[in-house]
Amino acid sequence: MLKYIFRRVLSLIPVLIGVTFIVFSLLYLTPGDPARMVLGDQATEEAVQQFRVKEGLDDPFIVQFVRYVGKAAFKGDIGRSYVTKRPVSDEILSAFPSTIKLAAFSVIIAICLGIPFGIISAIKQYSLFDSITMFFALVGLSMPVFWLGLLLILLFSVRLGWFPSSGFDTFSAMVLPSVALSAQVIAIVTRMTRSSMLEVIRSDYIRTARAKGQTEGKVIWRHALGNALIPIVTIVGLQFGHLLGGAILTESIFSIPGVGRLMVEAIKMRDYPLVQGGVLYVAVAFSIVNLLVDLLYAFVDPRIKAQYR
Amino acid sequence: MSTQTVQKRRSGIMEVWHRLKKSPMAVVGLILIAVLFIMAIFANVIAPFTYSKQNLMHAFESPSSAYIFGTDEFGRDIFSRIVYGARISLQVGFIAVGISMFIGGFLGAVAGYYGGKIDNTLMRVMDILLSIPSILLAIAIAASLGPGLFNLMIAVGISAIPNYARIVRGSVLSIRGQEFVEAAKAVGSSDLRIIFKHIIPNCLAPIIVQATLGVATAILTAAGLSFIGLGIQPPIPEWGAMLSGGRSYIRDYPYMTLFPGLAIMITILALNFVGDGLRDALDPKLKR
Repeated sequence: MLKYIFRRVLSLIPVLIGVTFIVFSLLYLTPGDPARMVLGDQATEEAVQQFRVKEGLDDPFIVQFVRYVGKAAFKGDIGRSYVTKRPVSDEILSAFPSTIKLAAFSVIIAICLGIPFGIISAIKQYSLFDSITMFFALVGLSMPVFWLGLLLILLFSVRLGWFPSSGFDTFSAMVLPSVALSAQVIAIVTRMTRSSMLEVIRSDYIRTARAKGQTEGKVIWRHALGNALIPIVTIVGLQFGHLLGGAILTESIFSIPGVGRLMVEAIKMRDYPLVQGGVLYVAVAFSIVNLLVDLLYAFVDPRIKAQYR
Repeated sequence: MSTQTVQKRRSGIMEVWHRLKKSPMAVVGLILIAVLFIMAIFANVIAPFTYSKQNLMHAFESPSSAYIFGTDEFGRDIFSRIVYGARISLQVGFIAVGISMFIGGFLGAVAGYYGGKIDNTLMRVMDILLSIPSILLAIAIAASLGPGLFNLMIAVGISAIPNYARIVRGSVLSIRGQEFVEAAKAVGSSDLRIIFKHIIPNCLAPIIVQATLGVATAILTAAGLSFIGLGIQPPIPEWGAMLSGGRSYIRDYPYMTLFPGLAIMITILALNFVGDGLRDALDPKLKR
């Protein structure tokens, strides 16, 4: 198991270098002078030139790239924000708690609603309950999160005054963004649970379990769900990984100081070190969640556990 | 020989259409999409006003018989803007998917067909792209290309390339070893001919499903980019940009955010209906 984890972490290195390269190229091709953007229109030509030299912006692409990777790999230094002058890692770390809370709440809501609804839909396939659930799942999938967020603000914050419309400090402030963000995840989990359960329910061992007189509850929860869990775990993990990358739109609507908003601001301000660091963080977070999901398989499915040696 | 295959394929399409017709959701979706296309094509006939006509005397008017969806802060008719907006959204959705399908499909086909080193390299690059969330990738590309309709299409299109590459590669891998491909090789067909004439037509089903759902995702991503100010610039009536504009007035004029959002949702829902219907209709497991 340890060896497997080590191998996976090692395989992360080329991915991270690749991600850095892609972002570096994108930023390099971006028109507009970051020095001018950061210093403002009033800055003198000299100050701009000084900034360019200091940040090494005049060096050739490959020199800048190698220098960045070297510093990041050997000193753990991913630079300082052009705008706030704080280390990029500090900026990301201070935005991280909001993002992880938002992601965790949304995924928890999605698990609590999506899995039961998906199971019932599968058991009662083609029933009225199934049709209604599937219709709403599709609506949830089609709802732009920024629109749902605005509607929630309109109803629960402007009209009813139950929850604040922005911020993320108190529990009540977390409700609306988590609900808005979870809608799509609920839909995805419900649909995945249903289709995965449908495939399992028709298999022979379920018939066997029923034939030997197992109670229906145990057949569904132990025999069927246990075997249908792998795709569900995968999709939940995938969603969680994506949300850790910052729910950019949700964070922007509810003014949550998370990683997503940090990134958008950084991109708009041409704050290159912050964009670089942010994308690296996102890639690392996503890969770690993927690794955890793969490890979780071992607990869900003993057959897979046997392969991790 | 060749006439036979043509006939066979046509009957295949009819068969899928026959099964698609049976799903009420898919039919509703198709009708809605047809309505959207009509709206987009005949926007100048349907819309009572132009999308940019300002009339400050009539700013912030609630929905009425003259302005059925109300007017915005410049007194522009929201209904007209939504009708013209269909043009933008459909263009972005279909062209962006065209870009990602063409490039991604080509890369996937090459990777799957040749295998080995080419496959490994291409798929590693795709994995790297996949480890960046597509909306973030789209934002970064949109920011580096600058605002504008065309750039938006490219940004959204590029960000979805890995998905198509993966799907096509998977299908190609499953088809590559089959007899008819070997037969084509034995007759001396070139690689390109085999890929385009024999392999791609045989893995169209998953691509079509992915493309239909992909148009929905592309429209949603584009609207999201415009919402945060990285997409289409005013006065062009993009639905996401309209939502973002109405956001400041949500307290007093909620209808300004209601209708553009509804337009986005109905469009996405219709595409999802059709995509789901197609998936079931094309699924060989469900064939009776």
